[in-house]
Amino acid sequence: MSILEIIGGILLIIGSIFLFLGGLGIYRMPDTYNRLQAGTKATTLGGMSLVLGVGILEPAWIWKALIIIIFIAYSNPISSHALARANYRRGHYPYIKSKDKKNMDAYQEVVPHTKEKEDKV
Amino acid sequence: MIYFILISILLLLMIAASVYSIVQKDLLYAVMATGIISLILSILYFLLQAPDVALTEAAIGVALTTIIFVITIRNTVRMEEEGESKEKFKSAVK
Amino acid sequence: MTYIIYIALTLMALGMIFSAIRFVKGPTAADRTVAMDTLTTIGVAALVLVGYMFERFIYVDVALVYAVLGFIGVIVIARYLEGAL
Repeated sequence: MSILEIIGGILLIIGSIFLFLGGLGIYRMPDTYNRLQAGTKATTLGGMSLVLGVGILEPAWIWKALIIIIFIAYSNPISSHALARANYRRGHYPYIKSKDKKNMDAYQEVVPHTKEKEDKV
Repeated sequence: MIYFILISILLLLMIAASVYSIVQKDLLYAVMATGIISLILSILYFLLQAPDVALTEAAIGVALTTIIFVITIRNTVRMEEEGESKEKFKSAVK
Repeated sequence: MTYIIYIALTLMALGMIFSAIRFVKGPTAADRTVAMDTLTTIGVAALVLVGYMFERFIYVDVALVYAVLGFIGVIVIARYLEGAL
């Protein structure tokens, strides 16, 4: 095995482990915002690492792999941000365990809470 | 062997997604299930060595179908109902 | 190297199955949309890896189209949920 194959194999394993952890976090987390965090950030790192690993293993593919990495890096945060903002404006507020609820949720200075919308699905 | 297991898992997921899309009363969830069916179908075309068909399916199924169906739901009703849905649909289309 | 590809494909299939369970169970519309977005990202990675397994250069184009167009559906559904479409 050459040095490129070892680096590519390690990147493949790291990427697939982070993709699996993203799926597991989607299943286990208690709240929509926590699920968004697990499902977007972990899969962004996993997908970028795995595509880079394939590009290192097969050196002719590296430019197309870099283009895929750029598109993943800009499209995943855009969709996550749009979804979180839409969910907050519909009246689903974050799950906060401590009693000091007013100081934990800083975004309510921009979009105030409206309690009557909370029960809609 | 891994080929057979992969195709079996994808086919089972695709059948489950289609049954979910038919049974579901909320039409927005049915549209999302249609997007998942399109993704799995594209991977299946890919595994059966037809990348051009997979390219067309990806471009049409993931973007165009979702956009057109969501705009249709915006203009009509979201929840599918049992009895008087025909009159509601007519009044929404006008 | 073949066993590394098999292990990676198995882990990604497990992640897809967990996301599909959350898609069926999830109580609100945003949970299902998050599950759909995660399924799309894992699908892009799986397409690139299967293209490497078959040793065909043209197969990466499908993953490229998915990476370019995959987020448009999520943005349209989010704007519809916000009420601003």
